[in-house]
Amino acid sequence: MAEKKLMKGNEALAEGAVRAGCRFFAGYPITPQNEIPEYMSWRLPQAGGAFIQSESEVSAINMVYGAAATGVRCMTSSSSPGMSLKQEGISYAAGADLPIFIGNVMRGGPGLGNIAGAQGDYWQATRGGGHGDYRTFVMAPNSVTEMGNFPHKCFEVGFKYRIPSMVLTDGLIGQMMEPIEFTTPEIDPKTLTEPNWAIGVNKGREKRIAKSYDLREGFLELMVNERVKRYKQIEASEVMYEEKMLEDAEIAIVAYGISARVSVAAMKLAREKGLKVGLFRPITLWPFPKARLVELSKRIKHFLAVEMSLGQMVEDVQLALNGRAEVHLHAKPGASVMTAEEVYKTMDAIVKKGAKEYAAAK
Amino acid sequence: MQLQNKRPESLMDVKMHYCPGCGHGTIHRIIAEVMDELGIRNRTIGVAPVGCAVFADTYFNCDMIQGPHGRGPAEATGIKRAKPDTIVFSYQGDGDLASIGMAEIVHTAIRSENITVIFVNNAIYGMTGGQMAPTTLIGQKATTCQEGRTAKQSGYPIKMCEMLATIDGATYLERTTVHNVPGVIKTKTAIKKAFQNQIDGKGFSMVEVLSMCPTNWGTRLDNPSEAVKFVAEGMLPVFPLGVYKDASAAKK
Amino acid sequence: MYQGIRISGFGGQGVISAGYLLAQAGMMEGKEVSFFPAYGAEMRGGTANCSVVVATDEVSTPIVSTPDTVIVFNEPSLAKFEPMVKPGGLLIINSSLVNSKATRKDIKVLYVPCNEIAGELGNAKIMNMVALGAFAAATGAMTIDAIAKALPKVYKKLKPEVIELNVKALKRGAEFKLN
Repeated sequence: MAEKKLMKGNEALAEGAVRAGCRFFAGYPITPQNEIPEYMSWRLPQAGGAFIQSESEVSAINMVYGAAATGVRCMTSSSSPGMSLKQEGISYAAGADLPIFIGNVMRGGPGLGNIAGAQGDYWQATRGGGHGDYRTFVMAPNSVTEMGNFPHKCFEVGFKYRIPSMVLTDGLIGQMMEPIEFTTPEIDPKTLTEPNWAIGVNKGREKRIAKSYDLREGFLELMVNERVKRYKQIEASEVMYEEKMLEDAEIAIVAYGISARVSVAAMKLAREKGLKVGLFRPITLWPFPKARLVELSKRIKHFLAVEMSLGQMVEDVQLALNGRAEVHLHAKPGASVMTAEEVYKTMDAIVKKGAKEYAAAK
Repeated sequence: MQLQNKRPESLMDVKMHYCPGCGHGTIHRIIAEVMDELGIRNRTIGVAPVGCAVFADTYFNCDMIQGPHGRGPAEATGIKRAKPDTIVFSYQGDGDLASIGMAEIVHTAIRSENITVIFVNNAIYGMTGGQMAPTTLIGQKATTCQEGRTAKQSGYPIKMCEMLATIDGATYLERTTVHNVPGVIKTKTAIKKAFQNQIDGKGFSMVEVLSMCPTNWGTRLDNPSEAVKFVAEGMLPVFPLGVYKDASAAKK
Repeated sequence: MYQGIRISGFGGQGVISAGYLLAQAGMMEGKEVSFFPAYGAEMRGGTANCSVVVATDEVSTPIVSTPDTVIVFNEPSLAKFEPMVKPGGLLIINSSLVNSKATRKDIKVLYVPCNEIAGELGNAKIMNMVALGAFAAATGAMTIDAIAKALPKVYKKLKPEVIELNVKALKRGAEFKLN
């Protein structure tokens, strides 16, 4: 076994991308993700790739748009305010079916907010963010090891289905250090076959165009519907989630990323105090693991969404369950972190209220 | 001058949508002839803008990309850095390059990105129907300055070649015109040089081409010969032709 | 075994590197670890703090809200972090710079004159090592040896003689025992 190494989440994400074959990066400084461009600035040239510190996030995402069109595995990263600026390019990449990869290290918002970790960009990440009908493949790591290994999956899904992909994380996971284990294989881009849509040096094939528009009547509809087919395939085969102690659970916490880490502590605390609590952790936020939640609702009647936002992911839980179970919310907006004790208290209140209602019904 | 009586291979055999008297068709043909003459068609990638030339991706017979308004130089940068073997050109209008894309063009010049930019300046937003452009002349009428542009309301027309000439990274900057035959010939020479510089790895080259918009310059100018006169009498005094910077010999 | 630690002080006092070092040492001992620096204001003279977890089981959350041990290097940190210490937990106070005394009766308190000892050893920068030595000895969460072994991994550019000095500081810190 290789020697274990302590690594910062942000650096793990950057190294993970390089190991997954990324050879182009453009980005603009913003806290708390600066370790990503800093790492890429020396690591990519070492790996034979290119790094650019761009003049703005807008420019960075469009550099990546251009690079992606050539079939190269490429990446940009930012944090919340910068991600708002990147939405233009993400929409165009979705429209041109280009597999750009984005790291979003969320911080407090709206506006300039603050630089602490937060989860307030869930809607932006999973609902499109930019204009138009489109989807982004979104993964939410909860550890430094996952930060290092998820870029591999993002590139794989991105290139297979020609869709932009994103690792949605936050300042806490980005800044923390943990021992890392890279479990995904290291990819040499030279061994990858050039996609049959890549623009570049033409050795006798048809001319290729990367674009998101079609003004001919009815053609845009065809274009979007063809994309919808791929979205459905992704929903059918790329959903990822993790479950902990749900077998006998009466309450299922639903939480992603750093909130899921705190929720594990809350779950352990609750178990010590006799509450049967389990954890359901969506790993892909789009596609959201709806079908599994429906299955679980046959047995579990209380779902508690725990998130560092005013209540965004909870809507996906509600949409998935569609009234099949009670959906509760423990929201912690404003870039502060909930404690395990606070989450335990919420669960205790759910159980006590349930007991009261039960007694009243009797 | 060599007589060209056939369509350049680098131009698709399709009908262009440009209005009668518009300069885009001429400029497209010049670029295509240059690509043919330099033998670079098979490794050239064109970046189409947002604006009247948005359909350029269907006119040039080489790989093309079309992206957001004003971001052409950023896209070109990404392509060139990812695939240094390619020849990349960004084709942009005045709203695209000098208004919404100002940051991108300036910083691409600052980085001396090894690309070629063709900047078509017709002092108006054509595609959207005749609004004021960053290069609209003082006194020139547009749908968003119906009594004519005033400096008090909207400031002054931007002179891109003059401005970019202050940047160390810019290698070659020339302003030409396509409103008359000598202008067309000079434009071709300039564009060829801008591509040759890229082939030679000399960094950022831009040719600003003054062009006509008979459709959107208002009813008085709504005929091609009047439009040609407007370039000569209105635009040339504000946008003098010439080489604004040429460091081609100094750069390797 | 689970040990959640908060370290706090002025930026430049070695708060962040002390936390990093503990996590590195714990990992090298085969423990599960996490290290989280409160970032953004860690300029020299500003306040800095970090969370470290060293445990035998998987670390659930890297943010330590009720620490088993708190180490404070300056006065403002005492006021902020004393209330957080887990009942029965340990508070290590750098008595060289902190004049106030701890007020809680339900925790163990160790006063260590870190700056003075570092000064005696001839290098003011190693005051954080004195505190870590005291921490290791008082909690038994890890050995001085483990921390010493981690030093070259964290301070990659330090000369061997400076590493040696750091180890001396750790040992001096370990001499402070709880009553």
